[in-house]
Amino acid sequence: MKYQWDFPAVWNHFDMLVVGLVGTVKLAAVSIVLGVIVGFVVALMRLSHRRMLRAPATAFVEFYRNTPPLVHFFWFFYALPIMVGVSFEPFTAAVLALSTQSGAFYAEVFRGGIVSIEGGQWEGAKALGMSYREVMRRVILPQALRRMVAPFVDRSFELTKTTALASSLAYAELLYQAMQVNSITFRPMEVYTTIALMYFIVLFAASNLMRLVEYRLARAG
Amino acid sequence: MDETVIRIRNLHKRFGDLHVVKGVDLEVKRGERIAIIGASGSGKSTILRCLNFMEMPSEGTIELDGKLLGTEGRANGGRAGRIYSEAELCALRTRVGMVFQQFNLFPHMTVLENVMEGLITVKRTSKDAARSRATEQLTKVGLLDKLDAYPGKLSGGQQQRVAIARALAMEPEVLLFDEPTSSLDPELVGEVLRVIHALAEEGRTMLLVTHELGFAYHFADRVVFIADGVVHETGTADEVLKHPKRERTQAFLARFTERAF
Repeated sequence: MKYQWDFPAVWNHFDMLVVGLVGTVKLAAVSIVLGVIVGFVVALMRLSHRRMLRAPATAFVEFYRNTPPLVHFFWFFYALPIMVGVSFEPFTAAVLALSTQSGAFYAEVFRGGIVSIEGGQWEGAKALGMSYREVMRRVILPQALRRMVAPFVDRSFELTKTTALASSLAYAELLYQAMQVNSITFRPMEVYTTIALMYFIVLFAASNLMRLVEYRLARAG
Repeated sequence: MDETVIRIRNLHKRFGDLHVVKGVDLEVKRGERIAIIGASGSGKSTILRCLNFMEMPSEGTIELDGKLLGTEGRANGGRAGRIYSEAELCALRTRVGMVFQQFNLFPHMTVLENVMEGLITVKRTSKDAARSRATEQLTKVGLLDKLDAYPGKLSGGQQQRVAIARALAMEPEVLLFDEPTSSLDPELVGEVLRVIHALAEEGRTMLLVTHELGFAYHFADRVVFIADGVVHETGTADEVLKHPKRERTQAFLARFTERAF
């Protein structure tokens, strides 16, 4: 088979793909921010001595760990609106799905970072008369944050790639826009190769940037 | 000298089914220096750690300056016991300082910041006042040239001296030392013991859990020998270390005879 590549046919619609890329970045950014908040709260609940806080947080994490991401997208888009009587924009449903999913995983990243700090640090700080909050803020978190950076970045890349599932809700992110371009050009090879490269360039650039941040943080202490 | 600072009554500590401390009574007078000795696993560190509530006592009471700590109530398991609020424990710990076997310095802070931390966060001292007070303490332990170093760059002996300065900066009334030289290389033990000895000369109230019996002999007004979670024998350093009355104390000391007091 001799395939005739025709990238210009796709590049004529590059503006549509740029719209998609912007949609992807926007969805990822909002979901990362909300996911961090969800994750932090869930991590603190899981670290609590109170069962009443710990149990639901554990259930939350286990639920997301053991169900496919696409199901969450459908659930927030089709099921939740029936329950609460309000229908969501695709963007809203996608943000809900992504930020809760990633929240569950971020929670484990945060919790892991905190419990990885040796007990001696708690004791050293407590022996000075510090309260739980003071120990956390002054001694544990500053050290734990450094250890969280690498797994946090990993998780955020996963999340960014998972935004492609929002195409199934007809949200105009990169994959959805590519499908539109494909339906105009009938050039799947070129279209999907192009967006694969676009994903790659953005994520590769971001990962190098984060490596620099990690390096700086590692050197700072 | 006769004023009692700490009074422990019937102290018990259990870790699950393991009964480590089995009813200890102990009085610490102001200015007194007490060395607590005993075999590994005898419960001596646990007793010390209960004094500033690094371990919560399972039973018994602790008085500081004649004031009974905690309030009567039901603890988590539903058993009657004493309840201690976080505020009370924090306040207690600023008065009863502790130096650990593993130093427990904060690796993300410089030496100076380690010593300033308690002053700033707990005592709300101004930064300038905290810096001068921390510098003063670090001078005392001979580390004025290491103010800006991170703990990871220091030797074990230096780290332990920083830890002592950090505890001292809080101006505690009582200092607890939990095997302060056990994790040090032999050649570094001396520098830490010299600092502890200098503090003893100042008339501070100190409790020291140690395996350095030679040091304990010179350091302590009173030696407490712990075996099986109870006070087995107590008396002056001379009485306990040189003329022990009980067989078990004699057997324990026999293992150290090669060391001169």
